[in-house]
Amino acid sequence: MSDDLITLTIDGVPVSVAKGTLVIEAAKQAGVLVPHYCYHPGLPVAGVCRMCLVEIEKQPKLAVACATQAAEGMVVNTQSAAAKSARTSVLEFLLINHPLDCPICDQAGECELQDFTFQEGRAATRYSPEYPKRFNPVEDFGPDVLYVPNRCILCTRCVRFMEDVAQEPVLNVSERGDRAYIGVHPETRLDHPWAGNVVDLCPVGSLLSKDFLHKARAWELDKSASVCTGCSQGCNVTLDTRENVVVRVRPRPNLEVNRYFICDHGRMNYRWMNRGDRIEAPLVQRGGELHATDWQDAFERVTTVLRGAGGRVVTLVSPRASTEALFFARELFRGGALDWTGAFQVVMGEEAPLAGVPDLALRAERAPNGRGAELLGYGREYAAALAAAESAAVVLVLDEPDIPVRTAGTLIYVGTVLPERARDAHVVLPIANVAEEEGSFVNRDGRVQRYAQAKTAPGMARPAWWVFSELGAALGQGEPVGSAAEAFERVAQAIEPLRGLSYEQLGFGGRPAAVPAAV
Amino acid sequence: MGYPHKPHPKETVLLSRYFGEADARTYKGWVKRGGYAALEQARAMEPARVIDIVKESGLRGRGGAGFPTGLKWSFMPKEKKKPHYLCVNADESEPGTFKDREIMRWTPHALLEGTAIAAHAIQADVAYIYIRGEFTEPLAIMEKALTDARSAGVFGDLKIHLHRGAGAYICGEETALMNSIEGKRGNPRIKPPFPAAAGVFGMPTTINNVETLAAVPPILTKGAAWYKSLSLSSPKSTGTKLFSVCGHVQQPGNYEVTLGFPLKDLVYELCGGMRPGRTLKACIPGGSSVPILDRAETESCLLDYEGVVERGSMLGSGGVIVFDDSADMVYQIMRLARFYAHESCAQCTQCREGTAWTTKILERILAGQGKPADLDLLLDLAENMTGKTICVLSDSCAAPVVSGIKKFRSEFEEYIAGRRQPVLVA
Repeated sequence: MSDDLITLTIDGVPVSVAKGTLVIEAAKQAGVLVPHYCYHPGLPVAGVCRMCLVEIEKQPKLAVACATQAAEGMVVNTQSAAAKSARTSVLEFLLINHPLDCPICDQAGECELQDFTFQEGRAATRYSPEYPKRFNPVEDFGPDVLYVPNRCILCTRCVRFMEDVAQEPVLNVSERGDRAYIGVHPETRLDHPWAGNVVDLCPVGSLLSKDFLHKARAWELDKSASVCTGCSQGCNVTLDTRENVVVRVRPRPNLEVNRYFICDHGRMNYRWMNRGDRIEAPLVQRGGELHATDWQDAFERVTTVLRGAGGRVVTLVSPRASTEALFFARELFRGGALDWTGAFQVVMGEEAPLAGVPDLALRAERAPNGRGAELLGYGREYAAALAAAESAAVVLVLDEPDIPVRTAGTLIYVGTVLPERARDAHVVLPIANVAEEEGSFVNRDGRVQRYAQAKTAPGMARPAWWVFSELGAALGQGEPVGSAAEAFERVAQAIEPLRGLSYEQLGFGGRPAAVPAAV
Repeated sequence: MGYPHKPHPKETVLLSRYFGEADARTYKGWVKRGGYAALEQARAMEPARVIDIVKESGLRGRGGAGFPTGLKWSFMPKEKKKPHYLCVNADESEPGTFKDREIMRWTPHALLEGTAIAAHAIQADVAYIYIRGEFTEPLAIMEKALTDARSAGVFGDLKIHLHRGAGAYICGEETALMNSIEGKRGNPRIKPPFPAAAGVFGMPTTINNVETLAAVPPILTKGAAWYKSLSLSSPKSTGTKLFSVCGHVQQPGNYEVTLGFPLKDLVYELCGGMRPGRTLKACIPGGSSVPILDRAETESCLLDYEGVVERGSMLGSGGVIVFDDSADMVYQIMRLARFYAHESCAQCTQCREGTAWTTKILERILAGQGKPADLDLLLDLAENMTGKTICVLSDSCAAPVVSGIKKFRSEFEEYIAGRRQPVLVA
């Protein structure tokens, strides 16, 4: 065993952890969740809620697991009578000024105050109903944050986030004693580009997202692991859906990419996933108009065009498309006699770093898979590609609305919605958006990350990788793939930087590809 | 001396010797009285030697905890790698305590001299004297004394700053005081790290009470053995201590006695006893944060660190609050609880909510609306407020409640049973 490891026992379970590990983290490794409120692994330790009191052998007083370092031979008991009684008491104290308005609270169902009270709280309070509770009116903190002081347990996670992580200390604890509440700087608002994280950090229903207000009860939500499409950072997120509608985006911890946070741009970047004006069936040009048809008919039309094509082919793709889709779209023209050009364009915006976390920012490049497109041979000379498309024999478009007004050749449009200019297309193929399919992106640092399906695609829309792999098969380029996993395997076999990566290995945390990071 | 009274023959005046003499406040007057000789003496010694002398003297912290001063100084890094700081706790806010105020009012140079000696011992570059915000007169006197001594060049390279508090009791807690000096909200910090490792501005820091430092110059001039010989009972409690006596005594004030002095004599002889026709009921011997003593305990208590603990309380800051038989103990305890509820910094759950809840229950009992279960509830809350928080403010609120219910339970029960006229609580 390494010198840097120490061994301790937590609730009878021996566990080895690195020196300097806090007891609360060591307990997690032993499979023990010590109830806590103020502690958060992404914030400096405060040690104020006193909820994580545990008994440590040979120590006269109970200790807070969040501020005590594990030591060799330490024997920790989280379930001793003294520890449990201390935590039960903290819960009773926390609830005396709490309004107990769970039925109308957005946090209900995902509230740590509810959870731990059910787990080890008293059945009834001893606080006389005749005593008044602390009351302060709801405050409008910022563009997306409401503060409900009556529910606040003053854990100070929000204060510490703004002070130490965002490094814009606009929140504080105002007043003293049981009159205390979270205050906002009188001359500012909570409008930092990463401010929305305070809502996730709040363990109770005190900080609420205006965007999510009253949209759903927590237990009505389905959660899917996904990757944010807001920029090239590739923050890991969870898409919360209710009845096939995405209603909320929250950060999914990934210490390598976004730690515990996402920016507000990413958080709000989901409404388009619920668009109603979608292409729901393959469309083909007949008599100057697009008509719905079945997949087989559409595929036959496309393969006929592609088989007979000669000369120049231009593929215009969206950097929001999955690596798998971009790969199979490219494969259609690999090795042929055709003169192929592939290009993508990225919308640019202002960069907004999170000061307290190295290498984490809302990136200027507002697309999740520019790096993947580059790896697959797509270029950034979009204007030139657009000009070339005007005289190309075939123009294949993957979900990119910015296409030439007119083309001499045949336009095949593969997309989620139909832009006006694509009405002249020879064939239109409907595809799923990021929330409706499984796939992967390569972020700016060359990290390959999977995302899962969160909702069903409308009508006959299918993942783009499926569409292109079927077309390839129809052109005699081998067997089509039946799953995102198979699709990724093909990519990993064919593309050098991704070689050796397996879909399973990627898991939901991703793996770095063998590529230099983008500048 | 029992300022504002003439000194009583049983007092041992060391710190209070010049109380009442305006001339002692001036730099010249202080030098005339032998002032700053100890500082010169200390400067001629290695810092470690100064620490050893203070260790030998047995001097213990006079702010409340009674930690051996020399030992505390010795925790500072021997080899100085970062700037060292000295903090002087002059935020005397403990209800019933008013000894540091008199030291600063009458002998500001005693504090400055002690501060400079301590700074030399711990190799501090900067000393902060954190003065309670309400102490406007002591502040003005300290400012004058500091300016005079500084122009006389007695401090050498040492920088001494007077930092005025803004009125929070909690800023007398040592780590809250450091946060306050740094310009932050005065919240106590989690320990470890202890101040000697990372104190004010994250640098090695020692913090001492005003009275502790004022006792250092005579230890140097007269010797550790002499100071150690000032002890009437336990050899672990040496030297003299100022006791601020208030409440139902004929002559409240500051009295300086050798440690081990009987509390009974302090109350009945030095302070002139109870008012005519009144008898002693209870006494809080060490500032409002310590358990209450009943009459028998008070009359048999010796005033040193060990003697008061033997009677179930603590010597604390030496703020003696005396109650005669006219005192309503329920009301008195409610007032104490309300003070702590008002002053809780709001960090720890037990303290923020517990102090306020305790106050509400006591107010209800006083209003004649208490319930029999309230007493057990108060004791259970007190149990959960003791030993579970970052600092001891919560414990301090619990101490008088627990000792009060234990020793004066019948008074609580009379209110609850309706046998006592309700008190209107403002």
